[in-house]
Amino acid sequence: MSIFENLPVSLTQETVLNTPKATLSRDQILQASGLLIASIILLITLVLPLYTILSKSVEDQQGGFIGLANYIDYFSTPALSMSISHTLTIAFITTFIVIGLALLTAYALTRTCMPGRGFFKVFLMAPIFAPSLLPAISLVYLFGNQGVLKGLMFGETIYGPIGIVIGLAFWCFPHALMILVTALSNTDARLYESAKVLRTSGFRTFMTITLPSIKYGLISASFVVFTLVITDFGVPKVIGGQYNMLATDIYKQVIGQQNFSMGAVVSVVLLLPALFAFAIDRWVQRKQVALLSARAAPLIPKKNPVKDWTMLALCLPVPIIILTVLGMAVYASLVSFWPYNLSLSFANYQFDLMDGGGWEAYYNSLEMACWTALIGTLFIFYNAYLVEKIKGLKTLRMLYHLAAMIPLAVPGMVLGLAYVFFFNAPNNPLNFVYGTMAILVICTVAHYYTVCHLTAVTALKQIDNEFEAVSASLKIPFYVTFWRVIMPVSLPALLEIGSYLFMNAMTTVSAVVFIYSADTMLASVAVLNMDDAGDIAPAAAMGVLIMGTCILAKLIHWVFSHYLLARTQRWRAGT
Amino acid sequence: MKLVNKLSIALMTAGVALTGSVQAATELTVYTALEADDLKRYASEFNKQYPDIKIKWVRDSTGIVTAKLLAEKENPQADAVWGLAATSLLVLKGQAMLSPYAPQGVENLSSKFRDADQVPSWVGMNAWMASICFNTIEAKKHNLPKPTSWEDLTKPVYKGHVIMPNPNSSGTGFLDVSSWLQIFGEDKGWSFMDGLHQNISRYTHSGSKPCKLAASGETPIGVSFAFRGAKLKNKGAPIDLVFPREGLGWDMEAAAIIKGTKNLSAAKKLLDFAVSKDANQMYNKGFAVVAMPGVAKPVQYFPADAESLMIDNNFAWAANNRKEILAKWQNRYDGKSEPK
Repeated sequence: MSIFENLPVSLTQETVLNTPKATLSRDQILQASGLLIASIILLITLVLPLYTILSKSVEDQQGGFIGLANYIDYFSTPALSMSISHTLTIAFITTFIVIGLALLTAYALTRTCMPGRGFFKVFLMAPIFAPSLLPAISLVYLFGNQGVLKGLMFGETIYGPIGIVIGLAFWCFPHALMILVTALSNTDARLYESAKVLRTSGFRTFMTITLPSIKYGLISASFVVFTLVITDFGVPKVIGGQYNMLATDIYKQVIGQQNFSMGAVVSVVLLLPALFAFAIDRWVQRKQVALLSARAAPLIPKKNPVKDWTMLALCLPVPIIILTVLGMAVYASLVSFWPYNLSLSFANYQFDLMDGGGWEAYYNSLEMACWTALIGTLFIFYNAYLVEKIKGLKTLRMLYHLAAMIPLAVPGMVLGLAYVFFFNAPNNPLNFVYGTMAILVICTVAHYYTVCHLTAVTALKQIDNEFEAVSASLKIPFYVTFWRVIMPVSLPALLEIGSYLFMNAMTTVSAVVFIYSADTMLASVAVLNMDDAGDIAPAAAMGVLIMGTCILAKLIHWVFSHYLLARTQRWRAGT
Repeated sequence: MKLVNKLSIALMTAGVALTGSVQAATELTVYTALEADDLKRYASEFNKQYPDIKIKWVRDSTGIVTAKLLAEKENPQADAVWGLAATSLLVLKGQAMLSPYAPQGVENLSSKFRDADQVPSWVGMNAWMASICFNTIEAKKHNLPKPTSWEDLTKPVYKGHVIMPNPNSSGTGFLDVSSWLQIFGEDKGWSFMDGLHQNISRYTHSGSKPCKLAASGETPIGVSFAFRGAKLKNKGAPIDLVFPREGLGWDMEAAAIIKGTKNLSAAKKLLDFAVSKDANQMYNKGFAVVAMPGVAKPVQYFPADAESLMIDNNFAWAANNRKEILAKWQNRYDGKSEPK
C-alpha cells in the first residue's frame, strides 16, 4: 500500500564514488550494455507502439496518409465528439466526490482516535482487489430494474451517468485514500502545538495548517482519480447505458465497427487530458520534495471522545457501502436465476458452459499474473538499480527514467491498441509474439511499469552507496553485490512490486482486451465478455473469483513480508 | 557465468516457453460466432469423421470476429471460419481474404445457401432469424399488451421498455436494421426506427443480450434472435417468443477458408463436413432452417412456418450498403441519452 507514498523522485542525487579512474572497467562495460539493452526493450515495448497510434490516426483504412482528415471527421460527428464533454463531466464530478470522502476518512484515520480504525483500514481498501467491472455489475443488481434497492433511485435509471459516477467513485476511492493518508501523516506536530499555544480555533487550524500542509497530496490525489476515471473502461462499459465515454468509444470503434483509424483518433484524444493531468502531477510532486523538512516531529492524535465518535458516525457509511456493493456481487453470483429463482447454487461458476472462455480463462489469468510478477519485478528492479546506482551515462539514465514515467499517463486501451498496430504488422520481426502469453505479460508489465519503477528507485535510494564503493575497492563485480546484498536488503520492496503487478495483472481489462487470443483468454476479459453476452450472473461469479484470488495474494504477501522482516531483524541482531 | 548473461538466457527461455505450444501437425484455428454452448458439440461431431484434426476455436460475437479477421488481414491467424454471418463473409470476400473451394456435396445445398460463384467462396450452414423476447411477468406488471408486429413496438405504451442490439457491433442488430429498410423501404424504414428509438431504453453491444435481459426481467421486451429465445425459454425463463407479422430479418451462418492458410487440406476437410448431411442435422438441433433442403425438422418454440416468415433478404445489397447504413444509424441514434 505504500506505493503512492514513494512517488516523489528526482535524479538530482548524483553519486560521487571513490573508485580509481580506470578506462572503462569490465563492470562499466557490462553496466552500460545492460542499460542499453533495457533501453532498447523499453523503446520496443512502449515508445514505438505508441508512435504507431499517432501514425495510424492520420491514415485511412487502407494505410494511405490523409493528414488530419480523420480528426476533422471525428470533430464533425457529434455522436463521437460529445464523448469528450461526457468524459470530462464524469471525471470532475467523480473526482470531487472521491476526494471529499477520502479526505474525511483519511483525516479520521490519521488525526483522530476514531474507534475501529483497524477495521476501517482493511475494508476501505477492499475495492482495489476487484476489477472495475465488478462494482458496476453489483450496481445492476442493487439499482437495476430488478434491483433490490431500486426504490432509492426515485425513478432515475442507474444505466448512465449516475451509475458511472457511483461505480467509478467506488473503484477509485482506495487510490485517493492511500495518498491522502500519507499526506496527512507527513505533518509537523510543532505547528499544531504553536496553534494551541496561540489559542487558534479548530476550524482556523484546519484551514491554515492542515489544508496547506496537504495541498500537494490533495492535488496529487485529484489527478490520480481524474486519470483513473477518464481511462477506465470497465465501469462505463457495464453500466454506462447509452452514455458514451472516450474509453468505451475506442472499444466500439475498433471492436464493433472495425474502424481502426478512428480508434486511433479517439486514443489520441484520450491521451491528451491524461498527459496533461500527468504533467501537472509530476510538477506538483517536484515541489513537494522541496517542502518536506527533516526536523518535523510526527503528530500523534489525542483522544477526544466527542470528535472521535462524530467521525465514526460520519465515516461509517463508507465501509458499509463498500461491503454492500461487494457483498451483493457475491450474493448475485450464487443466485440460480435472478430474480425469478432466488435459491442459492454454484451454477454460475460452471464457466465451461458459457461464453467467455471457461475455467481455462481463470487459469490463464493466474499464469499470466505469475509471469508478470516474476519477470516484471526482476526486470524493473534490475534496471532501476542501473539507473540509480551506476556511474556515468547520465543522459541515457535520465532518458530511461523519463521513459519509465510514460506508462502512468497512457490509458490501457491506448496501449493495447498500440500493441495490435505494432506487433501484428507483418513486417515486424517480433510479430511471432502476437497472440501468445508473452505479449500479454509484456503489455501488462509495460502498462504498470511506472509505479513499480518508482517503488524500486525509492527503495534503492535508501541503500547506502558505500556498498558499491566497498565492492569496487574489493574488486567484486557489481552484479555479485547486486545479487548478494542489494536484492536481499530490498526484499520488502521486491515483494511490494511483485504483489502490485500480480493484482493488476489479475484485474486489468483495458490493455489486454485487444490482444488476447483463443489460447490466452483471461478471466478479467471473460467477465467483460460474459456481461456483454448478457450472462451477468456468471460475470459476477468470475469477478468474485478474481477478487478472492487477489485478496489471497495480498494475504500471502502480508504473511511473507512479516516473516521476512522478522528474519531480517534477527540477522541484524546477529551481526 | 555473468549475471547479465544468466538473466538474459533466463528471460529468453521464459520467452520461448511462453511463446510455446508446439504446433500439432493438424491443428486448425477456426474463427466462429457460434454460441459458446454449441462449440464442444460441433467439434466432437466433426472429430467423429476426422479424428486427426483438432479444432482450435476462437469465439466472439459477429462484429468482433469480423473485426479481428480484418485486422489480421496482412497476417492471418485463422485457417477457416465456421459459423459467421454471411454478410460478414461477403465483406471478407470483397477484401479478397477468402480462398474459394467447392466442398464435396456442395451441390446438395439450396442455392441461396451458397456463394453464387462457380467455385463458391463460402457455403451456408443455417439461417438465424430475428425474434422478440417478451417477458410475460414484467409485461403484466407494466400492463403491456403483447406486440404482434414491428409497428406495434413504436406505440407510446412501450416507451422505455424496449432494448435492442446496436447494429454497429451486433450482427443481429444489423440484420434487424437492414430487414426493416427492406420491409418498409428506405424512407419508411428510417421513420419506423425514429419511432422505435423513442421507446428504446438502450442499445446493447451483443445480439443475445436483449433476450437475456428480457429473461431476467431487466426489460419487458428484447429484440433478439429466435435461437437464443428458445434456449432461454427451455431454461425456464418467463418469456414468449414473438415473430412479427411483417416478416423476419435473417442472416445465415456460413463457413469459408481463409486465404493463406498453412493447413489447406485440413481446412478443406472442415468445409466438406460443414456441407454434409450429418452437419446439417446437427445445425437443426438449434436452428429451424438449414442449408440442405429436406433435412430440417421443426424446432421447439419456433413457428412451424419459419421459412415463410423470413423476408427475401438481399445480402449483396446489405453488404454493399453496410457502411452507409451504419454511419447513418450512428448519427441518428447513438448517444441517445444526450439532451437535445
